[in-house]
Formats: sequence, C-alpha cells, structure tokens
Amino acid sequence: MLSLTPQDIEAIALSVKVATAATLLSLPFGFAAAYLLVFTRIPGRAVLEGVVNLPLVLPPVVVGYLLLLLFGQSGVLGPVVHFLDIRIIFTLKGAVIASAVVGFPLLVRSIRIGMEGIDDQYIQAARTLGAQWWDILSTIIFPLCGRAILAGMTLMFARSLGEFGATIILAGNIPGITQTIPLAIYEYTNTPGGDGMALSLCLVSIGLSFVVLLISEATARSFRKR
Amino acid sequence: MLFEVDVEKKIGDFSLQVAFDLSEKRCGIFGPSGSGKSTLMHILAGLLKPDKGKIILDGVPLFDQANKINLSPQERRIGVVFQHAHLFPHMNVRRNLLYGWRRTPIQERRSTPETIIKVLNLEHLMERGVNSLSGGERQRVALGRTVLSCPRLILMDEPLTGLDQDLKFQIIPYLRNVLDQFEIPLLFISHSLQEIRLMTDEVLVFEKGRLQQRLAVEDLARRRLVSGSRGYANLLHLPSPQAHGDLWSYRWGGTELILVDPGGGGDNLFELGARDITLFKQHPVATSARNLLPCRVSDVFGDGNRIGVELACNGGHLISQIVPESVRELDIRKGTEVVAVIKASAFRRLY
Repeated sequence: MLSLTPQDIEAIALSVKVATAATLLSLPFGFAAAYLLVFTRIPGRAVLEGVVNLPLVLPPVVVGYLLLLLFGQSGVLGPVVHFLDIRIIFTLKGAVIASAVVGFPLLVRSIRIGMEGIDDQYIQAARTLGAQWWDILSTIIFPLCGRAILAGMTLMFARSLGEFGATIILAGNIPGITQTIPLAIYEYTNTPGGDGMALSLCLVSIGLSFVVLLISEATARSFRKR
Repeated sequence: MLFEVDVEKKIGDFSLQVAFDLSEKRCGIFGPSGSGKSTLMHILAGLLKPDKGKIILDGVPLFDQANKINLSPQERRIGVVFQHAHLFPHMNVRRNLLYGWRRTPIQERRSTPETIIKVLNLEHLMERGVNSLSGGERQRVALGRTVLSCPRLILMDEPLTGLDQDLKFQIIPYLRNVLDQFEIPLLFISHSLQEIRLMTDEVLVFEKGRLQQRLAVEDLARRRLVSGSRGYANLLHLPSPQAHGDLWSYRWGGTELILVDPGGGGDNLFELGARDITLFKQHPVATSARNLLPCRVSDVFGDGNRIGVELACNGGHLISQIVPESVRELDIRKGTEVVAVIKASAFRRLY
C-alpha cells in the first residue's frame, strides 16, 4: 500500500520543482545552442558540439564533481558566486544546476533533430519574401520544430526527475532542502526496514514519469492537428 | 527594367559562367536539366554567392565582387516562385499569402491582397490549411505570396513542372494576368519550350553552364522544328466561337476556322501541330478536312528532311512542316500560292 511520510511528500515536491526549473532555465540556451549548431557556421562549432554533448557520455558523478570544482569557494567561479552572495553548493540551486547540466544534451539533441528536419527551402522562401533572420527564427523555425522542442523538454524533465549522481555531489542529500525522489530512495535502501518506503517512492516515480509522457503525447497530438 | 548580370560560380565539377543584359519585360531561360538554370536563379535571388562578377538591377548593384557588395535576399526584393511552391506548412493560405506583404514597407506596396486574391481566384481557399490544397492551388498561392511581396523582378523556377497538363494550362492565364496587371518583369526558367513560348517573348538558351544563344522565342521554336523531334506547334488565340452545325466556328484574322472543340468564353488558346497542316497546290474538289485556307508562302526555312513553311493566310500566320520532296513537287518558295488543309479535330485546346 502506498504510504508516504511528510518527508517523502517534500521530496516529491522538490523533485518536480527542480525538474521544472532545470527544464525551463535550459530551454532558451538549448534552443540557442541547437540553432548555432544547425544554422550557422561559427568558428569553434565542433568545440561547442563537444561541450554540449559531454555530459551525455560522462558519468554524472564526474559532472557533479566538475561542477563542485567550478562553483566551490576556491573554484573558477568561486569569486563570482561569493561576490553575488549566493550559495550553490548544498542548496536547491545546486540541484537545479546539476539537473540542468546533465539534461542539457538531451534537450539540444531533440531540438537539433527538429531543426535539421526543416526543409531549407522554407527558409529560402522566407528570405526572398523579405524576412530577416530573427523574423525567420520566430515565424518559421520555432513553430516548425515545436514538437521537437516539446520532446526535448519531456526528455529533459524526465531525466531531471531521475538525476542522482551529479546532484548528490553538488547539492548533497539534505531532507527538505535538496533531497529529491532518487536521493530519498537511496536513503531508504540504506536504512534497515526501509524497503517498503523505497517501493512507495518508486511507484510515485513511475506514476510521475507516466504523467509526463501522457501530457507530452497529448500536446504533440494537438500540434499535429493544426 | 535593366538587369545586368555577369557572374561566375564553380560548384564541384560544374562551372557556371554567364553574362547578359536584359531589358525585355518577359524573358525565358531555357535549357536541359543540369545546364545551370537553377544555380543562376539562386545566384540572382541572393541565395547563393557567386565566385566573382556583378549583378545590377536598374542601376542598383545587388552583387559586386570588386566593391564587396552582396545584398541579402531580403534586401534584393527579387521575388521567387519555386518549383515546389514551398508554402509554409504551419500557416493557412491567408497567412502564407500575406507573409511577404506584411514585410514590405508601406511605400513599396503596389498591389493589395484583395486584388491578388481576386485575380488568382483564391477567395474560397483563404482559411484552408496548405496541406489540403491541390498542386495547382498551391502554385497559385505561391504566386500570390510572391507578387504581394511587391518584388522588382520575379524569378520563376520551373513553376509548372510537376503539374499535370490540364492544371498547367489553367494556371498560365493567371500568371500572365497577374504579371500584366502589376507590371512586374519576369525571368521564367523552364526546360519546356511550350511553357517558355506561352510565358515569354525572349529567351536565353543555356547549356552546360554557358549561355549558348539569345533569341526571340518564336525563332527558338522554329529552330527546334528543324532540330528537335517534337516539331513545331502553332499557337492560335481564338475568341469565343459560334455554333456551326455540330462543329464550332472561330474567327481568326480575316477568316473562319472550323473546330471540333466548343472552347470557352473569352480568349481560347489552341495548339495546332505543324505536321497537321497539309498543303495543296490547288483547291481540292472535295475533302474530309473542314478547313481549307488559301495562303501565300511567306518564308521557307530549315534543311535536311524537315522543312518549315510559313504561310500568310488572310491576316494570320501558320507554320506547316513538310518534307523536301513535297517542296519540290509543289514548287514551294516565297510567294507561292497554296491551300492549307486542316482537319477540324487537329486543334488541341490548351486553355
């Protein structure tokens, strides 16, 4: 039977919060990165492509550790973080950043596939009709890869719900502050007699993922209808 | 309009090297596939950058390698109608039509959406999605979209290829109408001599990336009578007919033509193959053909076994294709009087 403690409910709320924030924050950057990779011939394109895709192949723990080095007090961005007087390590912000970085390649890949599927001739037609690049971006490219953006967001949201390795390193496992569903499950499995509780959270996790898929399918269908 | 083009472009093994000046309002670019027609169109529209040369439209440089000028397509204001229409799939007909119009500065706007919609007969399609349109409807929308962007010149890249014959001839009057009404110069690219003849007056002939010839469309058609296998087709504009028993009688110059086809109201265009005109020395006593036109030979051209004979028939001109033996037997030369015999069913209505 599904029985959740207040701490579990907090973990679920945190998971949703982190995944939503990470997905929404990444979206503009993901769109921009995909646009640069598909439609422009900027120098250093290969480097950008590598950097974007790296978190996909690196163990999440490594990503978490690199982020820790980056944002730590003696890290490269340490002074900036200190100057702005924000704390990232062991906070919700850290959890969001960890999820955002790990899920980013999935978002970019999806949007990129969508953009590559746009017939270049639509863009040429728009140009001969007097549209500037930003105009084409908003009236042709954005609407035509709407489904791909949605798919990317779904993937990233789901990936963020499950983010574990990078999060535990950068944000820790603090109940009520940074403990998301996977971290809570991990804690239960390390606690004697916690199996039942772990299973409840697993079921919640499955349910959440299912709901995300359903919503994404429904939205995609409404896109197709137009 | 004065359009000066002198460009070079190398793409892999293919090289395009052309120079021409255009002042004709309607010009065709004719050549087989792979002759560089589409490459040239992309260069003129600004979608492809030439390696060197210059492109000047009415004194305004669009591309000038020496002075490092290369206007973007959106700055050139050259409209393009593509072979496959390229209507934006996520917009309905109305939004497609108005895409260019909304991006045209008010002082540059010469036509209004209402007129274009009317001329192209699109009223009933306005709210439709573009994916439910037929091929001909799509091309009409694409044409309207381009005309509404009020370009200084329209390039059409095989806009009729891929449409079936009937549709093709349904669209041609629309095309001509729109261009006449809004006085937009046209550069019409095609590998079909028939389309080129229906749409343009002068033609540039391309082959392997080079400009081979530049001549009047009619001359090109006559040359193809001699060299081509398809022969020559006479194009006759005939007004609405009158019933003539169970056939139809059309006024043509100072004479009447009897046809099987009832035609339509207004201007009708008929095609008559040069090989379907038989020449007689004297008026035959009786014949099954319904049209017997006394004519005078005004020109004889061609060599080999295909000879074209231009006939002046009471105000109209026809070309008949015969063989050299007949030329000798009938003693055909300039000034010879002959009777052209044409069957009522030999005329094929285009539109």
